[in-house]
Amino acid sequence: MTPSVRLQEMIRVIRSARTQGEERGIIQKECADIRAQFRQGDNGERSHSLAKLLYVHMLGYPAHFGQMECVRLIASPRYSEKRIGYLGAMMLLDEKQDASLLITNSIKNDLSHSSQYVQSLALCTLACMGSAEMCRDLAPEIERLLRASNCYIKKKATLCAVHIIRKVPELAELFTPSARSLLSEKNHGVLHGAVVLITELCEHNPDTLDQFRKLYRLLLLFFSYHFISYSPEHNVAGISDPFLQVRILRLLRILGHNNDTASDAMNDLLAQVATNTDSSKTAGSAVLYETVLTIMDINSESGLRVLAVNILGRFLLNNDRNIRYISMTSLQKIVQTDHNAVQRHRGTIVDCLKDQDTSVKRRALELSLALVSAVNIRSMMKELLIFLSTCPPELRSQTTSGIFNVAERYQQSFVLHIYLFAGGDVRDETVPNLIQLITTASELHCYTVHKLYRALVKEISQQPLVQVACWCIGEYGDLLLKGECEEIEPVTEDDVLDALETVLQSHMSSPATRGFALTATMKLSTRITDNVDRIRSIVSIYGSCIDLELQQRAVEYNALFKKYDHMRYRRVFSYVQLQMKAPSGNVIPAHGLGQVTQTVVLNNPNKASLPCLFLCSCLSH
Amino acid sequence: ALSVTVQPRCKIIRFILIQNRAGKTRLAKWYMQFDDDEKQKLIEEVHAVVTVRDAKHTNFVEFRNFKIIYRRYAGLYFCICVDVTDNNLAYLEAIHNFVEVLNEYFHNVCELDLVFNFYKVYTVVDEMFLAGEIRETSQTKVLKQLLMLQSLE
Repeated sequence: MTPSVRLQEMIRVIRSARTQGEERGIIQKECADIRAQFRQGDNGERSHSLAKLLYVHMLGYPAHFGQMECVRLIASPRYSEKRIGYLGAMMLLDEKQDASLLITNSIKNDLSHSSQYVQSLALCTLACMGSAEMCRDLAPEIERLLRASNCYIKKKATLCAVHIIRKVPELAELFTPSARSLLSEKNHGVLHGAVVLITELCEHNPDTLDQFRKLYRLLLLFFSYHFISYSPEHNVAGISDPFLQVRILRLLRILGHNNDTASDAMNDLLAQVATNTDSSKTAGSAVLYETVLTIMDINSESGLRVLAVNILGRFLLNNDRNIRYISMTSLQKIVQTDHNAVQRHRGTIVDCLKDQDTSVKRRALELSLALVSAVNIRSMMKELLIFLSTCPPELRSQTTSGIFNVAERYQQSFVLHIYLFAGGDVRDETVPNLIQLITTASELHCYTVHKLYRALVKEISQQPLVQVACWCIGEYGDLLLKGECEEIEPVTEDDVLDALETVLQSHMSSPATRGFALTATMKLSTRITDNVDRIRSIVSIYGSCIDLELQQRAVEYNALFKKYDHMRYRRVFSYVQLQMKAPSGNVIPAHGLGQVTQTVVLNNPNKASLPCLFLCSCLSH
Repeated sequence: ALSVTVQPRCKIIRFILIQNRAGKTRLAKWYMQFDDDEKQKLIEEVHAVVTVRDAKHTNFVEFRNFKIIYRRYAGLYFCICVDVTDNNLAYLEAIHNFVEVLNEYFHNVCELDLVFNFYKVYTVVDEMFLAGEIRETSQTKVLKQLLMLQSLE
């Protein structure tokens, strides 16, 4: 069907529409014309009308009224009409439409048509939109065609069989015998189809897999033949039919998986392919990549596995970003099982953190985190923290959590650094953990409180950071004020109280944060000497605060000042063993007046009688 | 959210799309069952996801629970949607193979060729891909068949 002038004209007119509304008007008119044409019956124009309708459909407009016309045209004896009918069927009909069943008979007839091109149309359509019912009806025909002599038809029939098996798995048995014999074909296209069919059969049914497993010998032979032989028309960038190679490798993977005999037999060939394939172009890399995937998935010997990892390592150095990306995807899968082999490429992986594509960065991040060990924690942490300072916003949260986890596992003092770098991105649940860590690292108390104080002075918007800072100042305020560590710049009592007050008054502070700040202020009353009155006044202000929680605390603290001033020192330096309960429910022992935002289980071994008021203040923070 | 029903771990091409930068579909070939509105949604999503990328991105995008392998030629995006475990590079080559055939068949193909001869583009696709698999990879063979088919019309 040479594109009728009218079809081309219609397309031109539609394209010339300047607005969506204008286009709709034109389409409506055309559809009315088309409908009229359909009603007129056989007049040689039907295929052109359907073609026009299909174009309209591609623009996104409804075209259901053309379905029956497809059925009629498929039944036509003219090739040009059949052809457009089948195209229409593939575009407008799917297995959910009732009309699709109506073409089953036409397809059946066309599968035995004298012209291979008509047969091909039928095969193609069946493979595209054949429903389970249609597949059941026509499976025997397809099976017959698999044994037919024509290569062109066989190629299509094999893939049609694949479609049928996907739709109706029970029919797999029907195709098993012919599938095996197809492997003796020389034609690359048929071979390709045969390998796909056998792959599908094996994936569907473990019994069939056992049946076909011996095939690996044949495939290996085959593979060497094709690998070495040169087929010019299937050549891509110097690689002999890379697509077929990839499919054979994939089938070998399935055959060798969990099977020692098959895997052993494959070792040599896989090593050969891995070493000799030229990977300067994508085609070669595709084959190499599939080889690596196969090596990793079968029971290959360790030398071969190392070879595979090295190939992936080489890929990491490739200029082509695509190749770096897929390499890291694979390395991610094997980093646990082949940890040492992957470690050798750590440097290159870390370099990939600097790539411009976020998805590459993400892969590099995941891998880097997986490669952190007790041995390399310092250098890795440095790299990761540098990355954190420049990484794109969508990766910040993942990076921070990742760094936090490795720090907790290997080097806890780093946890503090993370907070300083990215206090806003860590999750709230980590606050008690960090506090717990800080309490246990007693040699770092002075350094920690100074660093946190400095951070607090600079910025108070990051809640987790502020909370931890307030807690530390409350707990180790004396160290801060004495200024006994390398951080020179001594801090005055006024400075500290200024900082805490700023937090209390800022609208950026959440109620929980204010709680931390208020309690810290209170705790400082026992650690400072000159400004107790100032503390008293701060605390009393909050006695009339709108926030109930804050108000309650302030009132209690006030009470401590007024009624129990003589006990204040002792009470605040509580001798009662407190336990923190983290949100996960785990109970963590805490020393001193632990700052917690969750419930606290009070453990009072001496059964000291405590005034109720005091109990509350211990419990609250 | 639309749930696209897919058989688990089915290594099949889900669909092939050719879209221009404005989002107009020049070819949509579906190899799995989707409803009309699912198809429309997928087309829009693919367009959105692919047009924001440029030369400093990879040619692969993770998309829902599959992935898209795509390549841009002038103003057209050629997208193949495959399973996450599939070989990206092989499909990248398949796209290029397909485009080279189009180029040869239409003698330096441009977007308008694909518009005015849309049904022919489907013929090319059907010669090279079938049932969600790569079917014929020899450009020579495909072109020979296409010329034969053309003479029948």
